Amino acid sequence: MARIGVFICHCGENISATVDVAKVAAAAAKIPGVVHSVDYKYMCSDPGQQMVSSAIKEKNLTGVVVAACSPRMHEPTFRRACAEAGLNPFLCEMANIREHCSWVHEKGEATTNKAIDIVRTLVAKVKKNKALLPIKVPVTKTALVLGGGIAGIQASLDIANSGHKVILVEKEPSIGGHMSQLSETFPTLDCSQCILTPRMVEVAQNPNITLYSYAELESLEGFIGNFKARIRKKARSLDEKLCTGCGLCCQKCPTKKIASDFDAGLGMRPAIYVPFPQAVPNKPVIDREHCTYYLKGKCRLCEKVCPTQAIRFDQADEIVEVEVGAVVMATGFDIKHGDFFPEYGYGNYRDVIDGLQFERMASASGPTLGEMRRPSDGKVPEIVVFIACAGSRDPAKGIEYCSKICCMYTAKHAMLYRHKVHHGKPYVFYMDIRAGGKMYEEFVRRAIEEDGVQYIRGRVSRIYERGGKLIVKGADTLLGARPMEIEADMVVLATAGVANPGAEALAQKVHISYDSHHFYSEAHPKLRPVETNTAGIFLAGACQAPKDIPESVAQASGAAAKVAALFSQDELIREPLIAVVDRQAPPLYSTCVGCFLCQTSCPYQAIEKEEIRGRDGQLIKTVAKVNPGLCQGCGTCVALCRSKSIDIQGFSHEQVYAEVLALLNRGESDV
Amino acid sequence: MKTGFYPGCSMKGSAREYSESLMAVAKVLGRELPEIPDWNCCGATAAHNLDRDLALALPARILAAAEKAGMDEVLVPCAACYSRLSVTRHELLDAKGSEALRARISGLIEAEYRGSAKVVNILEWLAGIGGLEGLIQAPFARKVACYYGCLLVRPAGIVKFDRPEEPQSMDRLMKKIGAEPLDWAFKTECCGAGFSISRNDLVARLSGLILDDAVARGAEAVIVACPMCHLNLDMRRPNIEKRADKKFRIPVLYVTQAIGLALGIAPKKLGLQRHKVTVRFSPAVDKSPAETLPPSGTRPGEA
Repeated sequence: MARIGVFICHCGENISATVDVAKVAAAAAKIPGVVHSVDYKYMCSDPGQQMVSSAIKEKNLTGVVVAACSPRMHEPTFRRACAEAGLNPFLCEMANIREHCSWVHEKGEATTNKAIDIVRTLVAKVKKNKALLPIKVPVTKTALVLGGGIAGIQASLDIANSGHKVILVEKEPSIGGHMSQLSETFPTLDCSQCILTPRMVEVAQNPNITLYSYAELESLEGFIGNFKARIRKKARSLDEKLCTGCGLCCQKCPTKKIASDFDAGLGMRPAIYVPFPQAVPNKPVIDREHCTYYLKGKCRLCEKVCPTQAIRFDQADEIVEVEVGAVVMATGFDIKHGDFFPEYGYGNYRDVIDGLQFERMASASGPTLGEMRRPSDGKVPEIVVFIACAGSRDPAKGIEYCSKICCMYTAKHAMLYRHKVHHGKPYVFYMDIRAGGKMYEEFVRRAIEEDGVQYIRGRVSRIYERGGKLIVKGADTLLGARPMEIEADMVVLATAGVANPGAEALAQKVHISYDSHHFYSEAHPKLRPVETNTAGIFLAGACQAPKDIPESVAQASGAAAKVAALFSQDELIREPLIAVVDRQAPPLYSTCVGCFLCQTSCPYQAIEKEEIRGRDGQLIKTVAKVNPGLCQGCGTCVALCRSKSIDIQGFSHEQVYAEVLALLNRGESDV
Repeated sequence: MKTGFYPGCSMKGSAREYSESLMAVAKVLGRELPEIPDWNCCGATAAHNLDRDLALALPARILAAAEKAGMDEVLVPCAACYSRLSVTRHELLDAKGSEALRARISGLIEAEYRGSAKVVNILEWLAGIGGLEGLIQAPFARKVACYYGCLLVRPAGIVKFDRPEEPQSMDRLMKKIGAEPLDWAFKTECCGAGFSISRNDLVARLSGLILDDAVARGAEAVIVACPMCHLNLDMRRPNIEKRADKKFRIPVLYVTQAIGLALGIAPKKLGLQRHKVTVRFSPAVDKSPAETLPPSGTRPGEA
């Protein structure tokens, strides 16, 4: 006979404000099989948990229902409390009367009745619960880091330095990410490359790190501790072992006028190229879309000049399969490009550029060697207008959020411009100046007070070209919204920071959640900022939300610490909520008829064939078997099984039907 | 698909040529445009400055009448009428609390308003007509400044038509008839609108800026799709010239007139003779502006 304890939580006022908790407790006490029913203000608190465990001991409970919040929130808490009191943790169930009831309904009798229904359902279920034992799985102590920007570099180095293997995958020919494109960094104005390149070299030299550059994740399967990743190494069209990085091929390549992505379209590169001189690895790739040989079948000049005969025109993409225990997503961000600001002529007027283009222009290694030269005619711009919040915080543009980095980099841009063009006039149009951070506000004040950057609080309505000048029309809202017009030589838009174009597809590939802007979602916005909701996959850097270098680095180290903690154990304990195929005593052995529809339907390749043999070795029948290490408990096979031979532990047919019947006010007697 | 026609006051008065040219073009295109039976004033600027219920009831009555006549969409050539009808449709169908409001307004107009008839502006309607290119008799090979004014593309959230800041629909139409739409700065700037009566000094300044830029970029005509814009740029030309202290010879054509010319319709049928500014196409102003001001490159997405 079942002896069930029901514990109703007030959740402060979260539940008790709309649900009559005392009435729920009284109603629960009358359900057949319930021997104990109480309510309490904070069931998750220490005294609350104590109530649960002492009731288990005193009343000899065979099952526990905690009516409180979502199981996502506190199921582990109460299961632990049960385990400590000697009750198998899987005999404890959560009745969610907060998210499913009190938060979404008005105060009233119907709400209380719904709470009672929810409790009754779970009581019916818990009566059918069976004691389950956790599954132990081994951990592969290798981490996969996706993205070789500053976040990925930092995470890789930290994991590698804690003694574990790292596989770093970067889709571009070189690691370095956006940080390698930057000129100088706020608020110290130290050279971005000077602080980054030593880290890049460290990555290349660290024996624990395997670097796959010019490579992308093809697929990821498995689960925490036991992922299988397939990595596509895109064909560089050369033998990396033979190539010495001498650069002769790049010099001799006759196709030289290809817009360089690294220079944000302001500079040119040949068809065989290294994105920038400090690239790691310093090995070129052939851009097959532009290479004369691939287009016309002739040329092969690079092959002729290569001193080590490293060029391989017929090289194909290579798929590498690796086993890893954890994944760090560090895939970074992009900025808005193209036809996003027709009213500003962005993408139309060559002298309306974005922040990254300005960075390349200001960079000593950039296309102008650090000189301020506007793209249209190469003249030194005398008047430059910087527009902060170009798209950010603008629901009309579909981007409600603050891109966070633009206030600071715009101040830096205006400052750098002034340092390079002493007589130049920089103007900044802004909404608010958001300079929260160590030495950030001081930096902006320095731009305004020492470098004479004129800040205008207001928005720009339109930019158009007239007589070789860009006419910037705006308003100064601190001077009574006075309309103003500036005849500028160049305009720099701090366009909104956005997720990478491939971010959504990648998230779906690795099964992590993302927000409506395709930034990856952390497991908890405050308390679990570097984890995803998928166990074993962590976040670092701007793929989660726009963030600056210090924040990206901090988060990367945080993710690395999580990976190191995961790798500190040899075995992981998993919940046993997985599918099992029916097994019976001979002569039936199993109700499974061996159709293996389940095998084809399983998204995790967790179903195997098992041959049941007699003592003489004779094959009796072949039935399905679930690999407990691979099964994720999704239930697809359960739905498809024609003979109802598969059940999910903890969510068996019997348990679910008991719940449904309880809800229909039947089945109360079938205890 | 039955398309009804809502003329509003202007198409019967100051913008007769807009109506004439629209009907002439519709005839060539083989489209019928029956008037909404017993239509009334849309309320224009006056109603929504005075009384919200009135401002919604007037357009609602028009739309209810169109629905009753079995019309699936209502073509509203006047930009101000288009705005009032679109805003009303939005307020009564999609906005917060629209259900109660719809019931109240239906009571006021003593007719049920369901919202089945769509409101379309002239550019939307013309863009939806396929095969226009095939009917061109005499390509309108002119450099034109497409002037959208304030109301055709705004508020973006309600009209959901074209880009509010740098619209392209009229430019695309003009390309279809062989014209060269210019990249210019005043596509959606204010012409002064209703201040034409009370503050025509303001209108003279604002409309003058529009003409100035169009002429400076070498436009041979300004193309409009709004009676108010036309009135300010055409009928107020003397005020504009007085204020600017110079002459502008550039004609202002309704989009339907330009298309009509390309379709080979006689100028008189298009009402060109009704304009205050003679419709004559010659590169305007004294010196050739095209040489002093190079056009500013190609537009995004059109290369």
